[in-house]
Amino acid sequence: MSVIELVNVSKSWGGAVAVDDATFTVEDGSFLVLLGPSGCGKSTTLRMIAGLESVSAGTIRIAGNDVTHLPASKRRISMVFQSYALFPHLDTAENIIFGLRVRKVAAAERRERLNKVADTVGLGGLLDRKPSQLSGGQRQRVALARAIIAETGICLMDEPLSNLDAKLRHDMRVEIRGLQQRLGMTVIYVTHDQAEAMSMADKVILLRDGRIEQEGTPEDLYDHPATTFSASFIGTPPMNLFDLADGAGGAVISETGSGPVLDGPGQGFQLGIRPEHIRITAGAGIAARLLATDYLGADTIVSARIGGQSLLIRMPGRFHIGDDPNVNLRWPSEAVHVFDGQTGNRVNGRRAVDHAA
Amino acid sequence: MNHVYGWLLLLPAAVFLLAFTHYPTVATLMQSFFSESTALRPSVFVGLENYELLAEDEIFWKVLNNNLWYAAGTIPTSIAIAILMAIWVNRRLPGRGLVRMAYFTPTILPMIAVANIWLFFYTPEIGLFDQIGAVFGMPSQNWLGDPDLVLGSLIVMTIWKEAGFFMIFYLAALQSLPPELEEAAHLEGAGRWYFFWRVTFPLLMPTTLFVMINAVINSFKMVDHLFILTKGGPDNASSLLLYYIFEVAFSFFDESYAATLTVVLLVLLAVIAVGQFVLMDKRIHYR
Repeated sequence: MSVIELVNVSKSWGGAVAVDDATFTVEDGSFLVLLGPSGCGKSTTLRMIAGLESVSAGTIRIAGNDVTHLPASKRRISMVFQSYALFPHLDTAENIIFGLRVRKVAAAERRERLNKVADTVGLGGLLDRKPSQLSGGQRQRVALARAIIAETGICLMDEPLSNLDAKLRHDMRVEIRGLQQRLGMTVIYVTHDQAEAMSMADKVILLRDGRIEQEGTPEDLYDHPATTFSASFIGTPPMNLFDLADGAGGAVISETGSGPVLDGPGQGFQLGIRPEHIRITAGAGIAARLLATDYLGADTIVSARIGGQSLLIRMPGRFHIGDDPNVNLRWPSEAVHVFDGQTGNRVNGRRAVDHAA
Repeated sequence: MNHVYGWLLLLPAAVFLLAFTHYPTVATLMQSFFSESTALRPSVFVGLENYELLAEDEIFWKVLNNNLWYAAGTIPTSIAIAILMAIWVNRRLPGRGLVRMAYFTPTILPMIAVANIWLFFYTPEIGLFDQIGAVFGMPSQNWLGDPDLVLGSLIVMTIWKEAGFFMIFYLAALQSLPPELEEAAHLEGAGRWYFFWRVTFPLLMPTTLFVMINAVINSFKMVDHLFILTKGGPDNASSLLLYYIFEVAFSFFDESYAATLTVVLLVLLAVIAVGQFVLMDKRIHYR
């Protein structure tokens, strides 16, 4: 069952369109990530759902009720802000129960809920500290606790981890996902970090220039990118994209003398292959020249060129370029993605040439 | 050697500070223990005689009383108005710059000019207030000539002059508050009023302390308007402490007694300022 529903929602300031005709639903108890580069309208979309930004056109429904013009205070939603938005003069406990005081919850119940939530997020001994006496990670937990204690069931998060260091960010990622599943919350989470999206989301909505570029599970986005934008936004390093040209026996990578990579015409199409699907081989394949390596521990990213077009290859473990940098590359035919060169849209049903054969 | 060098660097500033701040203060204190010198009698040490005189001086008590009412009448009201105006012009509204400027204009005007403007407002029969009052059939009032009205009239004018100045400090403080705080509170269901008392006002407390100390000092310091409007009259009904000191020193030429009054004023201000700090500092959240 969907608890949040956006129908043709748009937002514009004067002539500038921030969100253009967004339609999507969020299932009850699911984790939805709004993903995209900065300025793509993901935060604006979230703020419209929260009621902090007015809606220019369209309808927002929460639990079946039209809330499009309802003020934020009436929407029964909690939110975690990027800056945490903690009240600097109130201690941890007062920050967490701020909303309970507003709603005049009885003191005994307040205490009980506070203790429960403080245990849940691990703030036990810190309840009498002011935000300025807490570390970034602890402030983050206070903000989370304030969202959880409201027991609204719906929590909006606006890049909540972007102010933390890398290690802490990873820990909090796991923790937030765990909390969401344990408490059965519906979460809409905004981020520009595709790794966060991939690891946390039940469903990802990828936005670009205010429009929904692709919507699906993390696996969908990774395995079946709908556009070249999706392909190049998701994955570290992103998918390699090559311009194709017509050649003898099928489509060839343009500006190279290599053999065909795809049956049929090549002009006006792009070929996409993820770095981890490319293998360096001594046998037959596409001729390439290895340029440099970037060792990451578990694997090595090798930059290379096929003719005039550069690409990245992910090799497991440590990899050295040999004396002869000229090698052949091959990839399984099912790893090949084809896109329309003009629109950038995915083209299905093209058959790749398998070099192993 | 470094020691000497350091003191030498400090010397120029120290000389001016001692000559123009500390010496006059100490000299004033000393003078308050001596009698006024005349052509016939030189000044002699009289101990606390000047202070005994002061304790029995009805005008002093009246003026002090006036000043306390003046402070009580101007400070809370001008602070409340300043906060209101600051919140109002901090919002997105058309012509915001113009409104801000309008509120601040009284501050730019010299007190003498302000007094002249208000003299026109307060003039009986032909003044602005009486003209407006006449439309509603109200009788003419002698705003500055009636002992019951004159202090109130000065208070109103002072609020008009001060509120815009204090607004600037509140506006600066409000702009340093992150807007997410209000959004977060709003999402929790807090209304504007609740948010103001629970969050905005406590976070403005450092500014309020600063403004209050300034306001107290101002309320004992401002006398310019008395020269234009009332000269302390009628029957000292509008005279304030500093104006009385001025009169004693330069109209009655009793410098010793003026020094005594000055010492009392200084002690009073110091006690109030220290009191405000001690009382409020612990409850203030500084970021």
